[in-house]
Amino acid sequence: MISKVLIANRGEIALRVMRTCKKMGIQTVAVYSEADEKAPFVQMADESYLIGPPRVNESYLNADKILAVAKESGADAIHPGYGFLSENGRFAEKCEDAGIIFIGPTSKVMDLMGSKIEARKAMKKANVPIVPGTEEAVKSTEEAIEIANTIGYPVMLKASAGGGGIGMQIVNSDDELRKAFDSNAKRAETFFGDGSMFLEKKIDHARHIEIQLLADQHGNIVHLFERECSIQRRNQKVIEEAPSAFISESTRERMGKAAVSAAKELGYTNAGTIEFLVDSNQNFYFLEMNTRIQVEHPVTEEITGIDIVEQQINIANGRELSFTQEELRIHGHAIEARIYAEDPKTFFPSPGYISTFEVPEGENIRLESAVTSNYDVTPFYDPMISKLIVKGTSREEAINLLRETLMNTRIEGIKTNVPLLIEITNHQEYLSGNTTTKFIEEHFNLLKK
Amino acid sequence: MQEVKAMMAGNVWKIVVAVGDTVEEDQDIVILESMKMEIPIAAEESGTVKEIKVAEGDFVNEGDVIAIIEA
Repeated sequence: MISKVLIANRGEIALRVMRTCKKMGIQTVAVYSEADEKAPFVQMADESYLIGPPRVNESYLNADKILAVAKESGADAIHPGYGFLSENGRFAEKCEDAGIIFIGPTSKVMDLMGSKIEARKAMKKANVPIVPGTEEAVKSTEEAIEIANTIGYPVMLKASAGGGGIGMQIVNSDDELRKAFDSNAKRAETFFGDGSMFLEKKIDHARHIEIQLLADQHGNIVHLFERECSIQRRNQKVIEEAPSAFISESTRERMGKAAVSAAKELGYTNAGTIEFLVDSNQNFYFLEMNTRIQVEHPVTEEITGIDIVEQQINIANGRELSFTQEELRIHGHAIEARIYAEDPKTFFPSPGYISTFEVPEGENIRLESAVTSNYDVTPFYDPMISKLIVKGTSREEAINLLRETLMNTRIEGIKTNVPLLIEITNHQEYLSGNTTTKFIEEHFNLLKK
Repeated sequence: MQEVKAMMAGNVWKIVVAVGDTVEEDQDIVILESMKMEIPIAAEESGTVKEIKVAEGDFVNEGDVIAIIEA
């Protein structure tokens, strides 16, 4: 049984994982970079180890160093959180070799889902709908143009190894594709060490809706319903909610079943998420699978009453799921707003000293924060500093509570996206649930001067 | 004379021009890196690069002068 967990991450997710560990009577080990010496997560852990300079390659991505700390501290498991090493098959393998439990799926499944081209093939095999597009990597600009003309413009040009919108571009014509192909392939090579590109039909008016899965090591798989994550900027999520206000009960059921059958086909274990694009006719298409805990997992926890981190640890311990699909119900409505240290109009990062950080507390308000008052946000890591999660008996009630909480939030010293979040909660299209992935771009056209 | 200023706090990732270079309007002068995002900072008018006030790896604050361009 796992008795000591090293958290190979930082910020709010490190704190979040430690909270469940403490609840379960499990010891916690933090690893941190020089930039995070004063971070709350370092204080909360039972033991903390400095692993290197601020740059991620020398600290949070330094697999060997982290494994050495795991051994030194006597940790028997590693929780990778999200980002960093969480979807790195080699790291999971190294943990397995060192006799340390990696709290996540097997390295084999991670590798398969890490390649978008391979993932598309696997989903097709599991009879999960995929976006029309290429089966194999596109080798040249000429081949890309030929394929784009068969699929029909607009098409999405994507990096097979991509994530966070890097190496991805919408193209509308041969000319645009010619310009975009090499630059995106080069960018993907720089960022991910893999410049393979593929093409997908662009789904118009698409919503981003994902299904949370839990799979134990005994073949039991359940889904914890969907999260609607359409509100995005720079291809990164800003507001997520559960359940979706858009999909019907029958679509919900079909998506859940498709996700479970995909997990079965893959032999998936632990927590995972299948992301779908859903068009205006409620057709859904596989987008990608995230083989780790997601940033937005709290909204699912709020509507199901299930602690996903606790389930991850139980599954890693070899325990069977203690509930069936039929026992799961949706209770109320939950919304998460990500608070970013950034200019609310240009979305440019805004690191710096936070003199005041005050978010109202209350029933149905949950704050997952990496920062406090009198805290310095460094420029080295992701701009997300906190997540505000609210719950209501209805979507309307949840939105009202979110708006009220944001309006009484005081963050001073740096710029944050809180003003934008408030505007969204007042927007008619958001209130009516009419939110595609282009919502911010269409209604808050701020990036252009 | 035109001052090219940082529009966000971050590290100077790359300097892509040299003193004496002729630059056009909207041409990139440096690329800043902050919070996993790389942002090019461009000249607002064309001219000659008179001075570069930062080095690669330097930390700059929003509003800091990065370079001076002479028309």
